[in-house]
Amino acid sequence: MGSSAEEIRSHVKVYLMIFAALLVLTLVTVGVSFLNVSIPMAIAIALVVAGIKGSLVACYFMHLISERGFVFWVLGICVVFFFALMFLPLITTHNHPLSIFIESVSGQRIGS
Amino acid sequence: MTRMYNGKFGLWLFLTSEVMLFGALFSTYVLLRVGAPPGTWPMYGLTAPQGDQILSVPLATVNTVFLITSSVTMVMAWASLKMNEFAKGRIYLLVTFLLAGGFLVIKYFEYKSKLTHHQVILREAPPGEIASAISSVEVPGAVGKSTLYYVNGHVTEQNDEFIKIIPDAKAGEKAAAAGDGHGHEVKIDQTLVRRSTVWGPQASTYLAIYFTMTGLHGLHVIGGMIVILYLYLTAAGWWKRMPEKLVNRVECTGLYWHFVDLVWIFLFPVLYLL
Repeated sequence: MGSSAEEIRSHVKVYLMIFAALLVLTLVTVGVSFLNVSIPMAIAIALVVAGIKGSLVACYFMHLISERGFVFWVLGICVVFFFALMFLPLITTHNHPLSIFIESVSGQRIGS
Repeated sequence: MTRMYNGKFGLWLFLTSEVMLFGALFSTYVLLRVGAPPGTWPMYGLTAPQGDQILSVPLATVNTVFLITSSVTMVMAWASLKMNEFAKGRIYLLVTFLLAGGFLVIKYFEYKSKLTHHQVILREAPPGEIASAISSVEVPGAVGKSTLYYVNGHVTEQNDEFIKIIPDAKAGEKAAAAGDGHGHEVKIDQTLVRRSTVWGPQASTYLAIYFTMTGLHGLHVIGGMIVILYLYLTAAGWWKRMPEKLVNRVECTGLYWHFVDLVWIFLFPVLYLL
């Protein structure tokens, strides 16, 4: 992160723009929930908007956009494990290829 | 190697462990949400399978705005200190603390409204005199569908023989109900009652995951507030002795605080809107 006072002064404008964007996206999140769309579509839209908001916070408020080096390796590993964790529930789905594979290897029925 | 000071790198490592902590709960949420029989989420017997029937979306939206604003004031506190504007930076810290306090006050009222709200589930179809106050829902089970009879509202009197409850207006009947959205009091014989509970974590799977996730997030908010208050109270001394250290501490606290905001950004749609 740049450290001179002049650099920081220019960043303040960016912070305020991000703030406005986050407020607008919050309204979009609430507005979309009132639209008559299917549940998968509603979930997809809500998570995409939340993802954009989260990225803005991480990139600009947490200064990830200007970070360099080792921290990205740490975060990269974290992201991999996070998604592994998110997709873990899929294993519980019956007749899922992964469940069938695990069942055939272990000889035990998943979820029983 | 890390191209940042040790404290900041340590904070990032801590945040990755936090990602996994909340990730485990989000994963649990997905499992419960996907596994819930159609039409039964968030809980059996609600007026409609929508979170906003139990939770207040306007209050949660205000809370979202509070946390987003507090994230901006936190980063502004750091920016002000970087620009040698100590007084401004300290005020931003105080505003961040107050916004976090506002978030918790709203959360307190949200929790209170649930913990004083009741759900009574009946064993069988209600008799004629109270039937109009009772709702029903078809619940899929192992041996086909069965009908669940229930009433939500505020219990006014309860003993071994009966429960008196002022029911909430049923879905679509709010306009016809009394001004506060409630119907007239009904008396239910205890022999008819299968379960009577407040809308606490014990009431349903949905409320259990709701209280777990928002409770854990609330604890993080309290933790952040303690650190921000400490920085606010000791800032003057640090600024005189080691200003650079104060700036770094505010930056690290900011990283943590933005993470707390980030978690809420996902909690809000997941728990309140889907």
